[in-house]
Amino acid sequence: MTILTAVPPPEAPGTAAPVPTGTAQAIPGPLRFIGRALRTLWSNGKARTGIIVLGLIIVVAIFAPLLAPHSPSATSFTPYKGPSGTNLLGTTGNGQDVFSQLIYGSRISLIVGVLAGAAATFVAVTLGLITGYRPGVVDEVLGFITNLVLVIPGIPLMIILAAYLQGRSVWTIVLVVAFTSWATGARVIRSQTSTLRTREFVTSAVFSGERLLRVVFREILPNMTSLVAASFFAAATAAVLAEASLEFLGLGNPATVSWGTILYAAQQQNALLTGQWAMVLAPGLAIVLLMVSFTLINFGVDALSNPRLREK
Amino acid sequence: MRYVLRKVALFIITLWAAVTLNFVLPRLMPGSPVDAALGKLASAGVPITNAERSAIEVQLGEPHASPFIQYWDYLKNITTLRFGTSYSFPTQTVAQTIGKALPWTLVLVGVTTIVAFVIGTLLGVYAGWHRGRAADTSITVGATFFGAFPPFWLGLLLLYLAAFKYGWFPIKGGFSAGSTPNWSPSFLSDAFQHSVLPAVTLGITTLSGWVFGMRNNMINTLGEDYVTFAEANGLRTRTIALLYAARNALLPNVTAFGLILGGVVGGSVLVEGVFSYPGVGGLLFTAVSNHDYPLMQALFLAFTLSMLVAIFVVDLFYVRLDPRVRSAS
Repeated sequence: MTILTAVPPPEAPGTAAPVPTGTAQAIPGPLRFIGRALRTLWSNGKARTGIIVLGLIIVVAIFAPLLAPHSPSATSFTPYKGPSGTNLLGTTGNGQDVFSQLIYGSRISLIVGVLAGAAATFVAVTLGLITGYRPGVVDEVLGFITNLVLVIPGIPLMIILAAYLQGRSVWTIVLVVAFTSWATGARVIRSQTSTLRTREFVTSAVFSGERLLRVVFREILPNMTSLVAASFFAAATAAVLAEASLEFLGLGNPATVSWGTILYAAQQQNALLTGQWAMVLAPGLAIVLLMVSFTLINFGVDALSNPRLREK
Repeated sequence: MRYVLRKVALFIITLWAAVTLNFVLPRLMPGSPVDAALGKLASAGVPITNAERSAIEVQLGEPHASPFIQYWDYLKNITTLRFGTSYSFPTQTVAQTIGKALPWTLVLVGVTTIVAFVIGTLLGVYAGWHRGRAADTSITVGATFFGAFPPFWLGLLLLYLAAFKYGWFPIKGGFSAGSTPNWSPSFLSDAFQHSVLPAVTLGITTLSGWVFGMRNNMINTLGEDYVTFAEANGLRTRTIALLYAARNALLPNVTAFGLILGGVVGGSVLVEGVFSYPGVGGLLFTAVSNHDYPLMQALFLAFTLSMLVAIFVVDLFYVRLDPRVRSAS
């Protein structure tokens, strides 16, 4: 342990977040921390826009049964119709109301985005912390696996996994996306962990006899909250796109109502060539809005961890 | 030299790992991809010879052989490009099918990536240099918005507007029906016209990666002392922006090349599918809709290999860009 004599690196930008140095704080600590993080995010114009858009989409998803004028699955209308007063965005080939499908579809995209994002982030944080804190054989092996997953083209791998699995459910897609999109986050968290590892507050925690897990989760992890959040939003954005792509390819369950399956149905019935442009335009725009809201929030998160990126 | 050797070693190990992953995946999957593939072939009216059956079994899983023998057979087949026959194109081998499609994608993705890299990096430099001003805001917001476009969706819209409605560009394919690929000027210009919409789609949706990377690197670099020093020396702004800041900010963007390229390759699958482009992306689109496992597996290998080669070339190029890497070796 010659680390103590090493010169501590200059304050990393990540320390903008409050650091509970060593001693366990009272319970409201994390809550206060989240509140402060949200306030900082809110003060960033781009992130604020993102939070508002995301909030609106969440409201639509929760109150879908109240907002949708018709049932998303009932085949009660004339099929292949363009936009009209009763069917704002037209009808599908089976006579379903596209507008109601669009409203219900927000649920699947949100769930897949959040779940796959969370799962990918969980893997990224676990691997990043292990490899960053414990250099050696484990680090080499896991680091190699991370780099391997990074260079393997993600979308083709997802497509092939989904085609083999044929599970045809949203959960398959969540699993496939989570399995393929953790690597970037893992690498970022690994490098941050390895710079924090040699810092004085970590060394002193180790010498005061703290257990390994406590050092990693209570001393190191809180300093990377913004990185964890950033990799969550990045993975969630990728997940929304991946879900839509897989469903567009027909690898999802055509019976579920989601933005991807609306586009799949539109492609199957050549919606654009029959004048049903709204059926293609609307779900695509919805996907764009959701992804933009995640990305905008991530701008704010980036600014949290890197003061140079803050708006002046 | 040590840097180059390290990269060569890494390339070989990664290639081996990717080839092995390709071996393991179909064997881990539920159901029997072999039976599915043979069934498809039979229903397509392809006579299944013993050689055919064994070629497919080697790729997707032999029922009775030990894993080691299977792995050995698989490696032998890979090195001799024997991937079996695909259900979608029963008259030619999988290797021939892919060989015909690969140049289309290499040119489309290659040219698009280089153009998007140049434009995106310049926009990023400009936005970073003018950070906080109207130009920065419009570039960042625009890139965020376009970057969120699902490539296949933008492709559908462009197809509808520019090809179907206004007829500016041909609707589908890589060249006009009836002509055969050759190097004559008329064919090349025909192929170029067919490639414009897929290239624009791919370019627009991948531009944002370069823009954001470069903008953030620029902002970080502009905080460095040597930039302040250059300003204090009274150098012209353009000199500082391009020769002092952008040159150094470019390095992380080159390292990020592999990540962004992965996005382009992924996007090309869907975009080529939408435009019925004759490249490997379009092939994967076909293979997936037909559940054509032998073709899918060989395509995945082709995708990974192309990515690895591209990243390897960029790594070698990086030696020329970063003197620190050179002096360390």
